[in-house]
Amino acid sequence: MIPAAFDYIRPASLDEACRVLGDAGDEAKILAGGQSLLPLLRLRLAYPAALVDLGRVPGLRGVEDRGDHVFIGALTTHDEVLRSAVVREHVPLVALATATVADPAVRHRGTFGGSLAHADPAGDLPAVALALDCVFVARSGEGEREIPAAEFFVDYLEPALHPGEVLLGVRVPKLGAGWGFHYEKFHRTAQAWAVVGVAAAVRVEGGSLEEARIGLTNMGPAPVRARAVETALRGVAPAPGGNGGAGGSRDPLRDACGEAAEGTAPPADLHAGQDYRRHLARVLTYRAVRAASA
Amino acid sequence: MPRITVTVDGVRYEEEVEPRLLLVHLLRDRLGKTGTPVGCDTGNCGACTVMLDGRSAKSCSVLAVQADECDVVTIEGLGRAAELHPMQKAFHTEHALQCGYCTPGMIMAAIDLLRDDPDPSDEAIRAGLEGNLCRCTGYCNIVRAVRRGAREMSGEEVRTS
Ligand SMILES: Cc1cc2nc3c(=O)[nH]c(=O)nc-3n(C[C@H](O)[C@H](O)[C@H](O)COP(=O)(O)OP(=O)(O)OC[C@H]3O[C@@H](n4cnc5c(N)ncnc54)[C@H](O)[C@@H]3O)c2cc1C
Ligand code: FES
Ligand code: FES
Repeated sequence: MIPAAFDYIRPASLDEACRVLGDAGDEAKILAGGQSLLPLLRLRLAYPAALVDLGRVPGLRGVEDRGDHVFIGALTTHDEVLRSAVVREHVPLVALATATVADPAVRHRGTFGGSLAHADPAGDLPAVALALDCVFVARSGEGEREIPAAEFFVDYLEPALHPGEVLLGVRVPKLGAGWGFHYEKFHRTAQAWAVVGVAAAVRVEGGSLEEARIGLTNMGPAPVRARAVETALRGVAPAPGGNGGAGGSRDPLRDACGEAAEGTAPPADLHAGQDYRRHLARVLTYRAVRAASA
Repeated sequence: MPRITVTVDGVRYEEEVEPRLLLVHLLRDRLGKTGTPVGCDTGNCGACTVMLDGRSAKSCSVLAVQADECDVVTIEGLGRAAELHPMQKAFHTEHALQCGYCTPGMIMAAIDLLRDDPDPSDEAIRAGLEGNLCRCTGYCNIVRAVRRGAREMSGEEVRTS
């Protein structure tokens, strides 16, 4: 289908973008890679009066090593994230999850910031941002502010950005030595979107889990951090035979992962019902923690 | 109406476009480049894939105004009927199409893949074509064709089986 008519504004600077967006209020939508927004417009699920295209605003694109964290500019494409040696070396969980996003053509245009600002619970990157305790940096006419990941995903497709506020980029903390990472995603072959996904960051010490951080994809109206399973995982041996005792059939890791869906309200749709999604959350958390600990 | 300049298959065009005009509709309806089809409304099928500044993009998910000052190559810019691009020839030789609707997008995605990986494994080919759906062939011959096309493009002699 053809989208409903809208005005198109292509600011040449961040100041101009903020000014234009400030004037337009709720009526305007920011356009980044368009890979989520254009399908919504084509399906006539959104009717913005104007699109403000950030595509040519300088300074919003690129990956920077900033010592204790990596800063990823909002307009950095998924493809650029995957090609970044800094991302692969210092924040590998971002690379692991981004590699599962969509397909090459979509990754050439879709952006890191757009994926997060879209706040789609089925998107892969929000779970990663939650698990890594990222910090979002946003700017409007009123100035710049920082939003912790734990406060960023408010509800379905609703980020904590004010209308017209521009996401500049995200600070991704380097977790350093001793941490392991994995993103485990379950999806249908013909479509990349996760039925359920699990982002895991774990620190193993002396054969047991000292700390585990788990973010869940598509397990609620907003992406969620699975605090209950994080608590349950503490002190558990991630390798079978560890705490289980020689010859014991019990696997304490599997028991702990039973908590993965605790407190979630997963969607039910034609791909999966709620119970199946809860089951997937438990199984995929188990796999993700095992892989992250290896 | 915004005025854009865009190069398509080596020819520069200046066009006045409505902001909501999709790149694929600019190509098909304005420039007559109907070699690039539209297969869906959601960005899923990949039938509309073109090269945008040298990398694959789904032209149904790009506004024509976003392509301002960009270089676009469509399936029509690859080769001519008398002189097919090696990847087009490989799809023909390996019977990698039935209805042909997905073929232009498949070929563009395949060529994009070879830019990063000139000698892809079958697994890499399947991953590279992940965003392109075919409702007819079952993909096996498409994978074979991309392998053949890759060998032809790297100048290697290919045996006709
Ligand atoms: C076929 C297909 C498959 C996909 N599969 C997956 C998948 O498996 N996993 C996944 O995670 N995603 C998937 N996606 C979505 C893809 O990752 C998009 O790139 C992403 O969701 C949006 O990024 P974008 O830059 O295209 O944003 P746009 O579509 O331009 O914008 C999306 C939303 O974010 C807002 N926005 C964008 N940038 C900013 C900013 N800097 N500041 C403030 N607001 C902003 C826009 O106003 C809009 O509301 C898929 C998309 C397609 C078409
Ligand atoms: S028509 Fe563009 S992806 Fe289907
Ligand atoms: S040949 Fe018919 S869709 Fe691929």
